[in-house]
Amino acid sequence: MSDVNSLTMDRPVEDSILNHTVQDVLGKPIDRVEGPLKVAGKATYSAEFGFDRLAHGFLVRAPQGAGRIEAIEADAAKAVPGVIDVIHDFDGFIRNAQQGGETEAPTMGVREVHYVGQPVAIVVAESFEAAREGAALVTVRMSAGDGDFGIEGREDEAEKPADGMIPAHSDAGDLDKAMADAAATVDAFWTTPSQNSAAIEPHVSIAEWQGDRLTVHGAYQMLSSDRQQLADALGLEEEQVRIVARYVGGGFGSKLGIAPECVAAAIAAKQLGRPVKTVMTRQQVFEATVRRSDTHQRLRLAADGDGRLTGIGHETIVSNLEGEDFFEPAGLATHFLYAGANRRVTHDIVRVNRTLSGSMRAPGEAVGMLALENAMDELAEALDIDPVELRRINEPEQDPSKDIPFSSRKLAECLDEGAAAFGWEQRNRTPGGLRDGDWLVGHGVAASARSNLLQPSRARVSVTPEGRAIVETDMTDIGTGSYTILGQIAAEMLGLPIEAVEVRLGDTDFPPAAGSGGSWGAGSSGSSVYLACEALRAKIAASFDAEADGLTLKDGHAIAGNRRVPLGELVGEGIEAEGAIEPGEMAEKVNQASYGAHFCEVHVHAVTGEVRVKRWTGVFAAGRILNEKTARSQCIGGIVFGIGTALTEELVHDERDGKCVNRDLAEYHVPVHADVPHMDIRFLVERDAAANPLMAKGIGELGISGAGAAIVNAIYNATGVRVRSYPVTLDKLIDGLPPV
Amino acid sequence: MKSFDYARADSAEAAVADGGSEGTKFIAGGTNLLDLMKLQVETPARLIDISRLDLASVEATEAGGLSIGALVPNADLAAHEVVRRDYPVLSRALLAGASGQLRNKASTGGNLLQRTRCYYFYDTTSACNKRAPGSGCAAIGGFNRIMAVLGTSDQCIATHPSDMAVAMAALEATVVTLKADGDRRRIALADFHRLPGDTPHIETVLEPGELITHVELPPAPKGRQVYRKVRDRASYAFALVSIAGIVAVEDGRIASAALAFGGLAHKPWRDPAVEAALVGHTPGDAAFAVAADALLADARGFGSNDFKIPLARRTLIATLRELTA
Repeated sequence: MSDVNSLTMDRPVEDSILNHTVQDVLGKPIDRVEGPLKVAGKATYSAEFGFDRLAHGFLVRAPQGAGRIEAIEADAAKAVPGVIDVIHDFDGFIRNAQQGGETEAPTMGVREVHYVGQPVAIVVAESFEAAREGAALVTVRMSAGDGDFGIEGREDEAEKPADGMIPAHSDAGDLDKAMADAAATVDAFWTTPSQNSAAIEPHVSIAEWQGDRLTVHGAYQMLSSDRQQLADALGLEEEQVRIVARYVGGGFGSKLGIAPECVAAAIAAKQLGRPVKTVMTRQQVFEATVRRSDTHQRLRLAADGDGRLTGIGHETIVSNLEGEDFFEPAGLATHFLYAGANRRVTHDIVRVNRTLSGSMRAPGEAVGMLALENAMDELAEALDIDPVELRRINEPEQDPSKDIPFSSRKLAECLDEGAAAFGWEQRNRTPGGLRDGDWLVGHGVAASARSNLLQPSRARVSVTPEGRAIVETDMTDIGTGSYTILGQIAAEMLGLPIEAVEVRLGDTDFPPAAGSGGSWGAGSSGSSVYLACEALRAKIAASFDAEADGLTLKDGHAIAGNRRVPLGELVGEGIEAEGAIEPGEMAEKVNQASYGAHFCEVHVHAVTGEVRVKRWTGVFAAGRILNEKTARSQCIGGIVFGIGTALTEELVHDERDGKCVNRDLAEYHVPVHADVPHMDIRFLVERDAAANPLMAKGIGELGISGAGAAIVNAIYNATGVRVRSYPVTLDKLIDGLPPV
Repeated sequence: MKSFDYARADSAEAAVADGGSEGTKFIAGGTNLLDLMKLQVETPARLIDISRLDLASVEATEAGGLSIGALVPNADLAAHEVVRRDYPVLSRALLAGASGQLRNKASTGGNLLQRTRCYYFYDTTSACNKRAPGSGCAAIGGFNRIMAVLGTSDQCIATHPSDMAVAMAALEATVVTLKADGDRRRIALADFHRLPGDTPHIETVLEPGELITHVELPPAPKGRQVYRKVRDRASYAFALVSIAGIVAVEDGRIASAALAFGGLAHKPWRDPAVEAALVGHTPGDAAFAVAADALLADARGFGSNDFKIPLARRTLIATLRELTA
């Protein structure tokens, strides 16, 4: 058992060792260490592990969105050559995926059907193709029930949910009076559609039993809690379950909790006494995993004649399955982004027979900041104040909802640097007033903010006599760069070249980590590596007979005074230590968030309404940047999500029966390369002592926050058309375009 | 996916001799057929692989046009020197379709035969007269943003998704086939695809086993050529509206006009009334408006695709301006 160096963030760190180390590898834009494996096809993803006697499972979907299963007729399926069995367990299957971080199974039992596509059985065969053919031949007999398939027209049925990441409802002051007394107001409704994370790797689990112990190779983001969920679903102890996810092909929230394929594969594998692999098809990913909720948002702003906000109201209606508490926290950033004494932020749920709604990249800000930042644009126009200036005017000195200080906040600096780099002052201010041939040209700005979170996370780091370091934690790398930045942190702390650090992730046999979600992965798992290395530095100093403070580690050597010794010579048979970070009072005593500013230029075709984003400047402040390249990629990726949100992405459900209509990547339109312009991405220097010992804040969801609003503000500037229904497809613009 | 038999044809003659039996389909690039087979929208019992037949060349015809082998990949056809020079509308249309990878694999003949992208056609549990005759049409009354506004029936409102075929319709291409009995047939592209009517599952005039061997283009047309595709994202999306236009202006008047439309109908759409409204007239918004009126006189939206009607009108007028500028 190794030593554990624990830190609970009850107070800001006084200093960070990283402020004094000299290896100079942290923050550098080094390439992803696993990149060559991925491009060579040698990074083994969860679906690619082979097993003797591996059987293939294919989920059978409920054909209707409401009702009760009377029978599952499987004779025809069982007659397909290669089909081994058709297995259903009405009580044991899970109805839907679980939310991230939950420690229990999601809603269990599938006899009652709550959405089209609910997995109700699994066909297991010798090949994927046979299983799929068998699944098509299974008849699921249902007695139809009454389903509610959309929010439209049912807004008055919305009910207050249990509090989630933020309170469902919060009120301060008197918003109605502020609106009545204001010099300028905005009061309008926005809608955003359901979305799907559309990660390139579909959901998959391979379940293998050894006696009463289960190993799952799965495509998941948060292995420690996934393991708890799966154990609970199967009636096992946590220790009986191991989950492995070496590489994950994107998650964006959709793989935070276990999904139906995981439990079905485990049950089938147990019954058959064979390992079972279940890969979801793209259509199943759309139907049976997680969607971002559609939202109906009312945004109210009240300001005095100088542009100072006196009131902010953000009332959101979302949808979810019966019995699910999660609500898209659209008002999350509204709580703290701008000043204003009178505030009302509410969330209510309408129950629908549709795929579970849960976390998708930046749950809350990704859609809530669309309405908020569009409304700020409208208010700026009403007041005839530059929208950058309006945001500057409303910079709060402290969290306006909780009366606690910000740990660090550089929104104004991001806006200033972005405006200068973009050439904001030179823009045309008259909507519809700038044209380039057939294209109407517009410019838009929006703020970006994403709450910074810390989660419990542990890691073990060892140093070998060869002077190499090994990092082990069940943290995942979902394409973000975890392997690389954790290696950089260990290399920086231990004075090693990055090549001398091996990072092992994605296995619950390793110490439990925060997992990838909520932009907390780098800060949380990185801190655990930091703490483990801090303990190792103390051991190295002791065996070097030096003070820890006086120890310099560089290029594989320990240096103190005039002595310089290879690190491997100081570790005997090898040393190891564990680091454990815990969130503490800093989560409550200060408001922690990353900030940024988006500036973009869009062209809108004057004839057709096609929108093309032509130019982007994004400036971000997220504490210490751990790798300039992966951080930049995170911001770009987030902004690309924002482009999709603004212009193309809409998961459509047929309002007659709740079927997911556009269930593939041909018709669910994420941006393609040609939709994405060159992006000028900049980071401001910042250190946040309240966040964690790295002094780094989250960045994975910062880019998406506000990005879509900047585009739609630019569309208004280009055309004079305000569209408050996302995505802004051309059909919503053409009526407002100049006559042809 | 259902199991199927697979055979490789050694010659076109052997392919057609074998191809007419129930449940048999030809496969070339497979870029559409394989997807549909995985979903069991298509369930052939037998595939005859024609991809190795000697039909992958582009050659000049005696008439001064081009003969395009049915297996010429879309990418090669788009890049062909003569196509780029003399038939730029075709090159542009091809490059507006799919993605680079798909264009490398997709064949000329297969492109003409690709199936609709109607969402409900793809879902085997939805009503669809095209996939399951007599089951109904879920797109009518459902989400029909990408569906047709011209030539629809109460049985089907699907569109044909090809860009290439739209350009070929404007170019007045001829589809050359080999029939099961060994006879050759020449079919004007405009007559090749059918409107849905009461039989939306029958999409072309091809007989069982009949194989497309070539597509012939007439000599290069006079005038300017434009392919304009309007879609929801900048690439890799099917047309909401597309227009292949070839217009010649002589002595201040429109001497000839060929206009074909994608995204609007069950087939590449040509309407003689549109061209009649233009030929002989002075190019200008007055004539263009009459042409647009002619195109859309019988257009009918189904809810979420209503926007296609004004979009087609605006796009046509702007494209005619470009063609006659």
